[in-house]
Amino acid sequence: MTTDTLQELTRRPYAAGFVSAVEADTFPPGLNEDVIRALSEKKGEPPFLLEWRLKSYRHWLTLREPTWQAVTYKPIDYQAISYYSAPRFKPKKDSLDEVDPEILRTYEKLGIPLVEQQRLQNVAVDAVFDSVSVATTFKDKLAKAGVIFCSFSEAVREHPELLRKYLGSVVPHSDNFFAALNSAVFSDGSFVYIPKGVRCPMELSTYFRINAAETGQFERTLIVADEGSYVSYLEGCTAPQRDTNQLHAAVVELVALKGATIKYSTVQNWYPGDAEGKGGIYNFVTKRGIAHERAKISWTQVETGSAITWKYPSVILKGDDSVGEFYSVALTNNLQQADTGTKMVHLGKNTRSTIVSKGISAGRGQNTYRGLVKVLKSAENARNYTQCDSLLLGDKCGAHTVPYIEVKNASAQVEHEASTSKIGEDQLFYCRQRGISQEDAVSMIVNGFCRQVFKELPMEFAVEAQKLLGVSLEGSVG
Amino acid sequence: MALLSVRNLHARVGDKDILKGIDLEVGAGEVHAIMGPNGSGKSTLASVLAGRDAYEVTQGEVLLDGKPLLELAPEARAAEGVFLAFQYPVEIPGVGNLHFLRTALNAQRRVKGLEELDAMDFLQMAKEKSKLVQLDAAFMNRSVNEGFSGGEKKRNEIFQMAVLEPRLAILDETDSGLDIDALRTVAGGVNGLRSPQRSMVVITHYQRLLDYIVPDKVHVMAGGRIIRSGGRELALELEEKGYGWLGLQDGKAAATKGGEARR
Ligand SMILES: Nc1ncnc2c1ncn2[C@@H]1O[C@H](COP(=O)(O)OP(=O)(O)OP(=O)(O)O)[C@@H](O)[C@H]1O
Ligand SMILES: [Mg+2]
Repeated sequence: MTTDTLQELTRRPYAAGFVSAVEADTFPPGLNEDVIRALSEKKGEPPFLLEWRLKSYRHWLTLREPTWQAVTYKPIDYQAISYYSAPRFKPKKDSLDEVDPEILRTYEKLGIPLVEQQRLQNVAVDAVFDSVSVATTFKDKLAKAGVIFCSFSEAVREHPELLRKYLGSVVPHSDNFFAALNSAVFSDGSFVYIPKGVRCPMELSTYFRINAAETGQFERTLIVADEGSYVSYLEGCTAPQRDTNQLHAAVVELVALKGATIKYSTVQNWYPGDAEGKGGIYNFVTKRGIAHERAKISWTQVETGSAITWKYPSVILKGDDSVGEFYSVALTNNLQQADTGTKMVHLGKNTRSTIVSKGISAGRGQNTYRGLVKVLKSAENARNYTQCDSLLLGDKCGAHTVPYIEVKNASAQVEHEASTSKIGEDQLFYCRQRGISQEDAVSMIVNGFCRQVFKELPMEFAVEAQKLLGVSLEGSVG
Repeated sequence: MALLSVRNLHARVGDKDILKGIDLEVGAGEVHAIMGPNGSGKSTLASVLAGRDAYEVTQGEVLLDGKPLLELAPEARAAEGVFLAFQYPVEIPGVGNLHFLRTALNAQRRVKGLEELDAMDFLQMAKEKSKLVQLDAAFMNRSVNEGFSGGEKKRNEIFQMAVLEPRLAILDETDSGLDIDALRTVAGGVNGLRSPQRSMVVITHYQRLLDYIVPDKVHVMAGGRIIRSGGRELALELEEKGYGWLGLQDGKAAATKGGEARR
């Protein structure tokens, strides 16, 4: 297959790239303690939270932006970013009628109708538009089960005790450069609490949308699954097409108490920049979960967007017999760069972790898997299985695998498998000889490559992910 | 009029000429066998007919039912009814065999303006057809050819042919690598697909296959040309006398080595 046809196939416009005309209340660019105070006041936060933000900010000032990851970008000017942008209306809506119709239309255009009656799927959605959560659906039904699912701001007001207990308990304010920044300036996000023994009656989903220009999005998600409970949570993201880079520095914290299960799925489709690498989102995200005794945390991610992706969803296997999983598909096309992977830290006895990473590179995309498996002395009989596969489309892209393994307990079993392959001319010809077009053939082969990961996604998401992968590859086959 | 007409076909890879003037007429409903030493260009001919773009056609033309074929993309040729059973069927990890085949069939049906088959109807049809080559149901949901034995891959090719119902089937060494029972099964499947509307070009090294699939004509290729054509008896004669009899004395290219040795 020639590089030309490959490029042809991966070149297709970004469908979520429109801008919505919504009046917004936006801070002027710049960051200092006064900005943080103003932000906290705007959100009516209790003093403990303002203190925490300031502490984070002061710590952030002592940190340097990390440079070890295999991505390159021009230095970010943190004073040129606006740290708050909210659609202009009363921040929290009890009824969708109060939400700006333009925002509802935006979500509809993106295929996420917020109007509950029209929703066929059993999914509750929290929609975050720029810095603010604009709507949460199915609240009543969830409340009956005792499930709390609301925006972060609402949780600050309604459930300060839970927040205070768990905020920063998994990703401390001092964790890393971007996490510290997020802790100082986070605007909104989602909060979930599943009570003891409850199986959440529906999928929970947060949909993030960056609309305003020159703003960063710094949301925080905190999910607490109490003993023996179960929740499946989905996260989706898009942004308009702009030719400047925008920063998205989120933090996600998961707490799975004894015997609880959290399944966290992401389909990330931030604007990737154009074919020349202009614009696109910098997606610098810290995601981590802590699994107590017999608990299970499973991360599934499909990363197709962003100019740069930098994220390592991790699990701290603290309790005995706890389980951590990471299933990932990361696709880079054109000039996209992804440095992504996971950390599995085994502390408890008989802890198990599984890592399946599928990297796809097309165009001049660069894809790095970076993973750490750490087995501490206390982790008797820990087991890890890691599989990293890379698929190359064309000859200008790259795939890199960087596994770190640290084992301090001799009873551990750690297995690592890696492979790199190209979409073969022979595979494509075989498909085409049977009547399948080149474009469909590529998409079929790539989807086959990702099957192990897609089967971990909830049904509707798996379909969306497959489509997304097809779209992201259009114009790129080779 | 012949279903397939190949006229003075020349093709090459890079600057290496491989096909050096092929003429071949296959009538509707006929089965032609092509034999010839390793490297004589049999698979290249099959690939060129199917539209593989690694090969450059430098001269000549190919007509299918009077329509020029060479200007069509491979998938368009497939929709016109050209089917190639590969000498080396390709593995596609993670793509289910049935999903693959249904995608292919529906793509062809779309081109023909026919309604697509839904999963249920397709499944029923596929089950029926799989009996033809006794392909176990377990293979249907495995990834395309992945981990299939050599013989299973060949049976899968004929199964695909049964589902896609081509007008022109080119079978490239579908018999090599088959044990004697599998050979009978596959040949039985192929015979079951013979019809007055369907023509077949069967590439083989072994006259034994032609005991089961009895050809109307036999052609011998060497050095990128058809050097001899005849009836069924030509194959028997070849078996007896070897290629030397036709003035070919390339020891390495002995027919008895079989095609599988090259990979
Ligand atoms: N893609 C290619 N690049 C370079 N040389 C090729 C290519 N395809 C075929 N050839 C060469 O062309 C010649 C004919 O090959 P072909 O595969 O058509 O032979 P064949 O008659 O099918 O042989 P066999 O009986 O071993 O299957 C061989 O010398 C082969 O090496
Ligand atoms: Mg051959």
